[in-house]
Amino acid sequence: MELSNLDIEKIRADFPILSRKVNGHPLVYFDNAATSQTPKAVIDAIVEYYEGYNANIHRGVHSLSQEATDAYEEARETIRAHFNAQKKEEIIFTSGTTHGINLVANGFASELKTGDEVIVSALEHHSNIVPWQMLCEKTGAQLKVIPMTESGELDIEAFEDLLNKNTKLVFVNHVSNALGTVNPIQKIITDAHQKGAAVLIDGAQAAPHIKADVQALDVDFYVVSGHKMCGPTGVGVLYGKEEWLNKLPPYQGGGEMIDQVTFEKTTYAGLPHKFEAGTPNICGGIAFGKAIDYLNEIGFETIAAYEHELLTYATAQLLEIEGVKIYGTSKEKTAVISFNIEGIHPYDIGTIIDKLGIAVRTGHHCAQPIMDYYKIPGTVRASFSFYNTKEEIDAFVQAVKRAKIMLS
Amino acid sequence: MKQKRTNSLSNIKVIQEEIVEEFEMFDDWMQRYEYMIELGKSLPLIDEQYKTEENIIKGCQSKVWVHADMQDGKVVFTADSDAIITKGIIAILIRVFSNQEPQAILDANTDFIDEIGLKEHLSPTRANGLVSMIKQLKMYALAYQTKVN
Ligand SMILES: Cc1ncc(COP(=O)(O)O)c(C=O)c1O
Repeated sequence: MELSNLDIEKIRADFPILSRKVNGHPLVYFDNAATSQTPKAVIDAIVEYYEGYNANIHRGVHSLSQEATDAYEEARETIRAHFNAQKKEEIIFTSGTTHGINLVANGFASELKTGDEVIVSALEHHSNIVPWQMLCEKTGAQLKVIPMTESGELDIEAFEDLLNKNTKLVFVNHVSNALGTVNPIQKIITDAHQKGAAVLIDGAQAAPHIKADVQALDVDFYVVSGHKMCGPTGVGVLYGKEEWLNKLPPYQGGGEMIDQVTFEKTTYAGLPHKFEAGTPNICGGIAFGKAIDYLNEIGFETIAAYEHELLTYATAQLLEIEGVKIYGTSKEKTAVISFNIEGIHPYDIGTIIDKLGIAVRTGHHCAQPIMDYYKIPGTVRASFSFYNTKEEIDAFVQAVKRAKIMLS
Repeated sequence: MKQKRTNSLSNIKVIQEEIVEEFEMFDDWMQRYEYMIELGKSLPLIDEQYKTEENIIKGCQSKVWVHADMQDGKVVFTADSDAIITKGIIAILIRVFSNQEPQAILDANTDFIDEIGLKEHLSPTRANGLVSMIKQLKMYALAYQTKVN
């Protein structure tokens, strides 16, 4: 198979971890949807930071602090440009998607009251369910769920029926982590806005594969994690429309987020600092910016085309194994295959193929409602990235076959 | 009473040594896992009435049910899982801990798991619940021990 115009040898050389062995076998890393691997450029940025200009930001008069502040703000600008936000102030650094969602959910506590409705989808990660359940408990708002279909897609007609004048907020993911389904977020945003509801899109799984343009989408909030985009763990971004971010109250109180503090009254700093209490993950933010540069150098179209070829190839290979059932068969999918083999527990398959150097995820993938829908305990999930190869897929398929023989 | 208790504990140790010896015969992980899968398949079935929500051990990726009974001063365990490797692990644990006195179960250590090359399953983060399983067996033993005293 001729894979698209991507110099795979060169790209693999960028990722030191890919040359290691696991249990005596070359590592085949197919757990990219959980965490992506880190290219040398990002690792170097981390080392350079700690070796060269580690300092606290925004408040020091000394040179190191200035250098660190500049690098951190430059990363913010890189991220703004990447998502095409109108202003840098709309880019809030967080510790990750979960943090971003909780920040917004907390802010909406003062926006909602009994009788209001919020809409979630059946395809969500627990991170995009639980904070909203907590919000509903606090405010008396009602949580409605967009159902899913057998192919792992959202039932958009049902969504239209759920929308009404009481709907205040809709939160769905751009891409489902458990199944890889790409959801029609443009339609969801447009329709929700027509009813006057705000929309938060959980972009954690989309961001490594699809470049979202927040202005074109006209989305109110878009949240991502650095560690799924070749960046480090512990850093992420919340994009929010300026008018919303001005309206919502701060999430955490502390240093960095204040204007004036007296015991009588504290006034808050402007955006983005209002939502960035305490010393942030400075190095993480800088490295996240580098990761985005790295991905853009390869190009998201190239990445998507290559990953799609991997997905098509792996799907065909896996389906040749008798008893394999793939969950999530939407036409629009990222490079994720969630599957089971008839009569075998996903945990058993994951355990055996790990012994052969293959890293996949097994279980419910923090999306129990999806597993309940299919009435299964979980799946084996293989998720590919642009640094994976067809040869790795062959090794993976061989390993699954071997596991099947052992476990049958 | 004291004498008997020591017997049960040394009994546990003997069984553990037996298992270690059995596993030493295998050259590689493949054979070890094949053996565990065999053990899993041969695990006596638990009475369906005990496969309740209440008897499920939390913290396992696969479902694990454990039921305990007291017979002639000894704790008898039966268990099941929906994953076969987990069942194999259960079979090993039951062989060691079932039909032993509660105090002996409480006193016994589980170093043999490391020795048979299943240490990775002991990691509390692995979510296969071996640690929770052992904890649960000991909880039952403690409950019976308290009753005895
Ligand atoms: C769709 C989705 N939302 C949210 C999260 C949570 O991200 P994080 O753990 O980085 O906060 C994940 C991570 O698995 C995800 O896939």
